[in-house]
Amino acid sequence: MKAVCYMGVEKMSVETVPDPTILNPRDAIVKITSTCICGSDLHLYDGLVPTMEQGDIMGHEFMGEVVEVGPGIKPEKLKVGDRVVVPFTIACGNCFFCKKELWSLCNNSNPNYWIAEEMMGYSPSGLFGYTHMMGGYAGGQAQYARVPFADVGPMKVPEGMPDEKVVFLTDIFPTGYFGAVNADIEPGDTVAIWGCGPVGQFAIRSAFMLGAERVIAIDRFDYRLRMAQDGGAEVLNYEEVDDVVQTLKDMTGNIGPDRCIDAVGMEAHDHGLMFMMDRLKQMARIEMDRPAVLRQAIQVCRKGGTVSVPGVYAGFIDKVPMGAFMNKGLTMKTGQTHMMRYMKPLLEKIEKDEIDPSFVISHRVPIDRAPEMYKIFRDKKDNCTKVVLDPWADGARAA
Amino acid sequence: MAENSRIRITSDDGVGRRRSISGPQWGAVLGGSALAIYGITRRSPLGMALAAGGGTVALVAGARKRSVRPPSTWTTLLVNCSPQEAYRFWRDFENLPRFMNRLQSVTVLDDRRSRWIALGPMGRQIRWDAEITDERENESISWRSLPGSDIQVHGEVRFQEAPAGRGTLIGSKIEYTQASGMNGALAKFLSKGANFAMRQDMRRLEALMEAGEIPTTEGQPHGPRDFVTGVMRVADPTRPIAPGSNLKEVFAARRDIA
Repeated sequence: MKAVCYMGVEKMSVETVPDPTILNPRDAIVKITSTCICGSDLHLYDGLVPTMEQGDIMGHEFMGEVVEVGPGIKPEKLKVGDRVVVPFTIACGNCFFCKKELWSLCNNSNPNYWIAEEMMGYSPSGLFGYTHMMGGYAGGQAQYARVPFADVGPMKVPEGMPDEKVVFLTDIFPTGYFGAVNADIEPGDTVAIWGCGPVGQFAIRSAFMLGAERVIAIDRFDYRLRMAQDGGAEVLNYEEVDDVVQTLKDMTGNIGPDRCIDAVGMEAHDHGLMFMMDRLKQMARIEMDRPAVLRQAIQVCRKGGTVSVPGVYAGFIDKVPMGAFMNKGLTMKTGQTHMMRYMKPLLEKIEKDEIDPSFVISHRVPIDRAPEMYKIFRDKKDNCTKVVLDPWADGARAA
Repeated sequence: MAENSRIRITSDDGVGRRRSISGPQWGAVLGGSALAIYGITRRSPLGMALAAGGGTVALVAGARKRSVRPPSTWTTLLVNCSPQEAYRFWRDFENLPRFMNRLQSVTVLDDRRSRWIALGPMGRQIRWDAEITDERENESISWRSLPGSDIQVHGEVRFQEAPAGRGTLIGSKIEYTQASGMNGALAKFLSKGANFAMRQDMRRLEALMEAGEIPTTEGQPHGPRDFVTGVMRVADPTRPIAPGSNLKEVFAARRDIA
């Protein structure tokens, strides 16, 4: 089958690899009909998350049709022919954490848990196509994928609903929603959201769903800010202001946003000396992540407010204003999304036409063009917000 | 300690106290390890240099102030099952190779005795017969090897109901008594990284009891690996080498592993 493989920093390549097989009783094989490049894949593309290996198959946002199930899966849970969306987190369904519905913290789905324990103390759940530290599972930017614990994760979707309406239930829609849930939004709140990529866009719309009065969206690309505006947000281009913190204070009558959402993560951009220092330190590998957004969020969040962090961080950060965080009595909530909590309720919202997630798509291309799309997406060229790959289209012809 | 009437899951010689390392040393170990892991992933001369440097820092920092107490494999994990279920699963010793990677097979001979075969260096088989020395239903099992075995080994497992219905605390250890000559070398081989191996085994047990299977990626597809990855796979201490295999086969097989 065709698969997008990591071949080194900024080197992706479509390779022909063997088809996946059932390895464990609760596995299933999915024939993939749609798969996407996620913003978090760009951290891997840039070589900033440790434990990628040459030859790893990328991708954690995919859906398709079940073509084989292992002997451990009951037919009422999943059977051949079912059309499913596959969440990017892998969960066993029966450990301490799964029982608490902390699905992305499953204790049993990461075979390489000990690498993660070395870095983080404990290991989160296994993820598709996201480093060996997170399980080393082959990802879904391919024609087929093996899905472990397939009786827990995959959710059946109704026939007749097009892929592009439901494929984002695999990650970014629930992740944006989780970011808004974690912000503890109360009716009347003002919510500031850094990053108008796909997760930020869904966070904007989710914040309104959860009762926010105002959403202020922060980015530097006009086409992304326009999309945020379409979602009802006031927008702030941080390259056009001297001081994001002061501007947000001015916009909120010196109270500050009640809730701040960092939908950017470890590769944040900013201007000024601190940002240049971060950039240098990250290049020299002294600091793993660049926390420009996190610093601003903590600084500007109103007293007693909440900072929610759906953006991905991988390691260690410097100069976090802990004094501000403590003395202002802030709360921070974060984590990989507990997917299985939100997939069903959000599917219902799509079915009721409350939202059509396909608005984020900017590119639909055959899988053969994935390597160039990584670069275009990373460099924000061609007004790129979201790339959906068709694993079966004939790339040579379509290109 | 076996005479104790109450089950003690944590023991004097156990649970993470094999060495006394100070805070700054831990910092050096963790920082060095992180740097090493990071460097290994860089796939460049600079990355390799980073890995070597980081690894050295971690090793030197970790090696200092080694306590005189021999390393113990005491490992305790919280598992979401009842003590009865855990006890029943463990008491059937033939289940042990399902989660203990170095064991090739255990054959139950009678109610108290069993025959164990483990994998040694280059797939060499190490055999011993074991007998149960002490056992309390749903609470604990102790066993030791009988005279005439390749090595001297003894082990113990305790099951204790966790508070607040959180399942069962399973505490376990296996110790290989050092001897001289070839058998001593085998015992030394098995003792090497025994703590890590025991932790891995117990995590696999947890997965088996809770999820019914052990997570794996062995045998999944991948694109072309590079040489460094191939070498790292061969050196992986957590995967024992099957008997009768030669280096070339092992190398090829390990490269296939995802």
